[in-house]
Amino acid sequence: MDDIDRSIINNLQGGFPICDHPYAVVAERLGIGESDLLERLQQMLEKKQLSRFGPMYHAERLGGGLSLCAMRVPEADFERVAEQVNAFPEVAHNYARDHEFSMWFVLGTETPERVEEACREIEQVTGYRVYNMPKKQEFFVGLKFEV
Amino acid sequence: MSDDTIKLDELDRRIVVATQAGLPLVAEPYQQVAEALGVTAEEVMQRLQRMLESGIIRRIGAVPNHYTLGFRGNGMTVWDVPDEKVVEYGEKIGALDFVSHAYHRPRFLPEWRYNLFAMVHGRNRDELKQKIDTIAQMLGEDNRAHEVLFSTRILKKTGLRLVTGS
Repeated sequence: MDDIDRSIINNLQGGFPICDHPYAVVAERLGIGESDLLERLQQMLEKKQLSRFGPMYHAERLGGGLSLCAMRVPEADFERVAEQVNAFPEVAHNYARDHEFSMWFVLGTETPERVEEACREIEQVTGYRVYNMPKKQEFFVGLKFEV
Repeated sequence: MSDDTIKLDELDRRIVVATQAGLPLVAEPYQQVAEALGVTAEEVMQRLQRMLESGIIRRIGAVPNHYTLGFRGNGMTVWDVPDEKVVEYGEKIGALDFVSHAYHRPRFLPEWRYNLFAMVHGRNRDELKQKIDTIAQMLGEDNRAHEVLFSTRILKKTGLRLVTGS
């Protein structure tokens, strides 16, 4: 990763233009060629330095549901429960964390009501309580990460 | 925020489905999306612009991966602060340059006392610890308790698929 890659990351966390040749517009701003920009973005995605590139949609404004859920799963049952939780298509990410609340997953659903429903279904299948922790408020200043 | 929900029509939804995993890395990305959907690039661009203005699209750009970019000390920090001050502190913590997200979430007493969550990023665990101390000092006595939850394993990561093709 060189200075140009860094400036791409620092400059392209938002504000990507909507026009016929958007990469050309950005490339010019950064003082590089369009094909160079495309190649570098491709590389950074392949190396997972960028987790994605494109429009970031707002789940609730799309009419869907979104929540962070936690479960207290003992070590002995962890793999079974992980498999059962992951089998739900609404589970977008699932992380093991070093805490008594050991499993944390994000539910993204097509309707707001489906979040609660999915939680109940996961409880039934796994036998463990799901702590549904939807955000009450978001304090988000996303466009500032600098490398 | 549900009162901000704007009704999407069939084409809007098809545009979301076509772009939620990412924008094509070609010179004319909107044209490529349009061709796949059998509409004009102008139509796709207009609708994306409208979704951006109405907040259905938060932003269009790159999402950096903290871990692969050298931030190896990342933790989900959780804080128990007085409910009447959670917004004030949430805004302060969310504005810190080493915090990527901060949220007010419900408590589940007695098992779960924390009402403020913040993702904190450092180059290593030591740097992370310093940053958490910075937040603790900012909160002073209103920091009634806090913990850091490190992720030990990714069990699933498919990303959000907010609208399905059906």
